Amino acid sequence: MASLVGSRVERKEDKRFLTGKGRYTADINLANQTYAIFVRSPHARASIKKLNIDKALKSSGVVSILTGKEIADDKIGGLIAGWAIRSEDGTEMKCPGNPPLAKDNVNFVGDPVAVVIAESLAEAKEAAEKVEVDYKVLKAVTSTADAMNGDTIHEGIDKNLCFDWLLGDRQKVKEAFDKADKVISIDIINNRLIPNAMEPRACVADYNAASEEITLYTTSQNPHLSRLIMSAFGNVAPEHKLRVVAPDVGGGFGSKINVYNEDIVCSWAAKKINRAIKWVAERSESFLTDIHGRDHVTHAELAVTKDGKFLGFKNETIANLGAYARVFGTVTPTYLFGPCATGVYEIPAAYTNVKAVYTNTAPVDAYRGAGRPEATYTIERLVEKASMELGIDKTELRIKNFPTAFPFKQTLVHTVDSGDYVAGMEKAKQMADYKGFEARRKESEAKGKLRGIGVTSYFEACGIAPSAAVMSLGCGVGLWESAEVRFNPTGQVTVYTGSHSHGQSHQTTFAQIAADELGVPIENIDIVHGDTDKGTFGMGTYGSRSLAVGGIAIVNACKKIVEKGKRVTAKMLEANPEDVEFKDGEFIVSKSNKKKTIGEVAFACYLPGVRDEMKSPLPEGDEPGLKETSFYDPSNFSFPAGTHIAEVEIDPETGHVKLEKYTACDDFGRIINPMVVEGQVHGGLAQGIGQALYENAEYDETGQLMTGSYMDYTMPRADNFPEFNIGYTCTHATTNPLGVKGCGEAGAIAAPPTVMNAVIDALGGQEVTMPATAEKVWKACKNLKKSNAKAA
Amino acid sequence: MKDFNYHSAKDSKEASKLASSSSAFLAGGMTTIPSMKLGLATYKDLIDIKNIKKLSGIKVSGKSVTIGAATKHVEVSNSKDVKKAIPSLSSLAEGIGDPQVRNRGTIGGSIANNDPSADYPSACIALNATIHTNERKIEAAKFFKGMFETALKKGELIEAIEFQIPEKSSYQKHPNPASRYAIVGVYVAKHKGDVNVAVTGAKSCVYNDKEMSKALSGNFSSSSIDGMDLDSSEMNADMHASAEFRASLVVTQAKKAVDAC
Ligand SMILES: Cc1cc2nc3c(=O)[nH]c(=O)nc-3n(C[C@H](O)[C@H](O)[C@H](O)COP(=O)(O)OP(=O)(O)OC[C@H]3O[C@@H](n4cnc5c(N)ncnc54)[C@H](O)[C@@H]3O)c2cc1C
Repeated sequence: MASLVGSRVERKEDKRFLTGKGRYTADINLANQTYAIFVRSPHARASIKKLNIDKALKSSGVVSILTGKEIADDKIGGLIAGWAIRSEDGTEMKCPGNPPLAKDNVNFVGDPVAVVIAESLAEAKEAAEKVEVDYKVLKAVTSTADAMNGDTIHEGIDKNLCFDWLLGDRQKVKEAFDKADKVISIDIINNRLIPNAMEPRACVADYNAASEEITLYTTSQNPHLSRLIMSAFGNVAPEHKLRVVAPDVGGGFGSKINVYNEDIVCSWAAKKINRAIKWVAERSESFLTDIHGRDHVTHAELAVTKDGKFLGFKNETIANLGAYARVFGTVTPTYLFGPCATGVYEIPAAYTNVKAVYTNTAPVDAYRGAGRPEATYTIERLVEKASMELGIDKTELRIKNFPTAFPFKQTLVHTVDSGDYVAGMEKAKQMADYKGFEARRKESEAKGKLRGIGVTSYFEACGIAPSAAVMSLGCGVGLWESAEVRFNPTGQVTVYTGSHSHGQSHQTTFAQIAADELGVPIENIDIVHGDTDKGTFGMGTYGSRSLAVGGIAIVNACKKIVEKGKRVTAKMLEANPEDVEFKDGEFIVSKSNKKKTIGEVAFACYLPGVRDEMKSPLPEGDEPGLKETSFYDPSNFSFPAGTHIAEVEIDPETGHVKLEKYTACDDFGRIINPMVVEGQVHGGLAQGIGQALYENAEYDETGQLMTGSYMDYTMPRADNFPEFNIGYTCTHATTNPLGVKGCGEAGAIAAPPTVMNAVIDALGGQEVTMPATAEKVWKACKNLKKSNAKAA
Repeated sequence: MKDFNYHSAKDSKEASKLASSSSAFLAGGMTTIPSMKLGLATYKDLIDIKNIKKLSGIKVSGKSVTIGAATKHVEVSNSKDVKKAIPSLSSLAEGIGDPQVRNRGTIGGSIANNDPSADYPSACIALNATIHTNERKIEAAKFFKGMFETALKKGELIEAIEFQIPEKSSYQKHPNPASRYAIVGVYVAKHKGDVNVAVTGAKSCVYNDKEMSKALSGNFSSSSIDGMDLDSSEMNADMHASAEFRASLVVTQAKKAVDAC
């Protein structure tokens, strides 16, 4: 049987998605359901003086109106940060309470203060307009850079500082800088982004008074984790009385990791009113209340010798957490950021210092890449600048500082098991025709255009993560993953995974893996995920972990099935288990060449007897049935890496940046399905290029979101991109049996510095901030013209 | 969205009879529906005019192209007749918003709305258009009064827009990257006697740039407007473009338009 791993198997999920048969949360309608509308703060910072619901209660169709008071009275818990970070001085991070409905204070535009539940959506909306809230508006803090100087947002949290964290050794870095021939320094802003999943958040909560069970259908990337948080911290219901279902989910990008206010409120309220409640976010609500991403202000320095050896690295960053610290809010700018900030280079001394600040803006949390795009942007912008200042070719300078051997003990935390960065660079250069660039630059110049080329070499730490390691660093949970593989008596297989697919094609790729492991045709394998009532506890999908962690759990569970199959075959064929081999779905006794198919073995496991004979195919000690579970805890992170090269052409008269060429050469380890990987790379690139050239979440000084719709928030469109030129190098991960590394975030990590390096190259080294909009680039072009004129 | 009454008018007469101070005509609905959903506008009555046959369609004569008010952007961009007579007009239509918007939005709705960044108003000015309503004919130069303001009276219905066929013309827009409305759009049309340079997006209302029109009427070459330093004091400024940038774009786009003619 040919191996399915590595081939372009068509997506099993496409039939339902492409024919409109997907079942998303908003498609779920329950008998007798009500509709919820949230009353939200129009102010970025205010105290609530009075909240009057009398008029609203009289509005037609209203079933119930609940506020922060009721939720506090019922002792429903608030939203939490999932990772405890300690400051450099040893103190623990400071987190404010974050009640699901605000009672006393609101801290960003969109912070919910009440929920109106009515018979119809229109009636709920109408009544919500009649809820009267008397706010005392307070001065908002919105700027990341100045947050520490603003008014104190949360009582007791001085300077709005959640933590002041250090990774690395300041003294060693100082010594390294003292020895340097040259110090390259840079000030950069990692612009704030709004994830914009195609499907807005939604939830439908139901209560069964007889079983006293709450069922929550919600747009989540990790239903078990949501249940755990809602139960242990939200106090909504004990875990066995709370079922969380995440059906088809239309994109998450990290924004659907969090348990949100609406999940808790609707679950709690459904029990209170003993009826189902449906809530679907409008796009404007998504803009305001989904977690946002990035938002760093960084000063970084690189100490170098005159021939381009890197000696030391400093990174001083202020990271905006928004109004509250949420699930991955505190780890994203620390352990997902700092360790990767030295990039793919051997740098003997380094440190990263992060001050995480609260502001009156939407909470900031993990968004595709989470910390690693910010890290890569920092180091790769710095290295590009070093190449300009040292006059060393940008690819040569990088190669000079690549590690020469693997495992590579990276400066701050990670030990990278495998990779070949030079091979990746050489292949990328070839794919991009790096040599031919100067000729293309001249052609552009002849047309009055400016052309630039930009390079990024990145690595990232994903496949998160070894439980003991992350828990030692403050993570509130272990980051293993589970899988359960169940045979039916008639030979089909159901694989339950604790990871969740919201665009990642698990239904196909996981089935490919199981098909190869078990020798069962892929049509006979179903992948089930997303329901806490089905399958074992799982940690969900983020951090490019589904394959590198969840996929391995599937492999391990399959291996246990095969082990049992060998024992059963041996008993049936009267052989030694050690003499039974398994290949392509058949158990073969090597000495006699007798065999049983895996289907026959499954059948025998479920129907362990024979007519007229007192005989069982099951060996002593084996129970009937064929079902195995694996909880896989990885021994290390996985480390995809690669080199990307971009070329842009700029029209100096309009400032328009045209991305002419984009080359991505990635090492994702073994590839399960190249078509799916291309999809992931394309999507990641679109988001990364979006960050570099188009997307920006902007608040004014009063905390109003200026980019709250697609009329102002620039989502990239297909016509903004060239044909992507994608290639791979492949070194297998040595830390997992599939040799896989993860590909979900790479595009979003590598693209922003690649594109910006090209833009800045075209602009003769002038800094522009992301996104490189027409006006910023136009201004830089004018400066360039002036300085060129002066030089001439 | 608040409740409203929906009417479908069978002819112009019925449509204007149904109109009141709290009604709107429903053409493509691309402006009306979102503003109602966002609570920015409320109407008691929406009068659908899409079923009025007379309002749709394109007619070309030797001198002019006449487009029914309820004709969709996609119909203008795909029309072979328009492509032949005034190619710049069909390419303008092709550059509006996105396919969804072009499949519903109409030319009449666009000019009645007179959004300061809409594309069509510049075509009306540059191509000396005549706006035919159920009551009268209005010259484009007198039709666009100010931001979201036109010469239309309550209940007055645009029936068609008649564009004069120029010798040469081109529309060049620098789009807002998010919405793709014009940050600045410049429509240059060379007629027998003179040249019009209509500018949209730059100020509170579309206008004919007299200075550039004059320069180009004298010498129809981009060199005659190159380096022109426009007064930016009345130009729009927002997070996508400052007034200074807009002023520069007006000249740049005008030059591009002339070069493309
Ligand atoms: C996402 C998006 C992007 C867009 N991008 C662009 C762009 O790039 N460039 C651009 O120019 N436009 C753009 N538009 C606007 C669009 O092109 C429509 O033309 C415009 O919204 C109005 O046309 P409509 O037919 O939808 O009018 P409607 O919304 O139906 O009506 C708008 C107004 O016009 C009045 N009206 C309609 N027809 C008549 C008539 N015959 N007589 C008198 N009054 C009438 C109505 O009473 C109403 O007040 C965009 C719109 C959207 C939603």
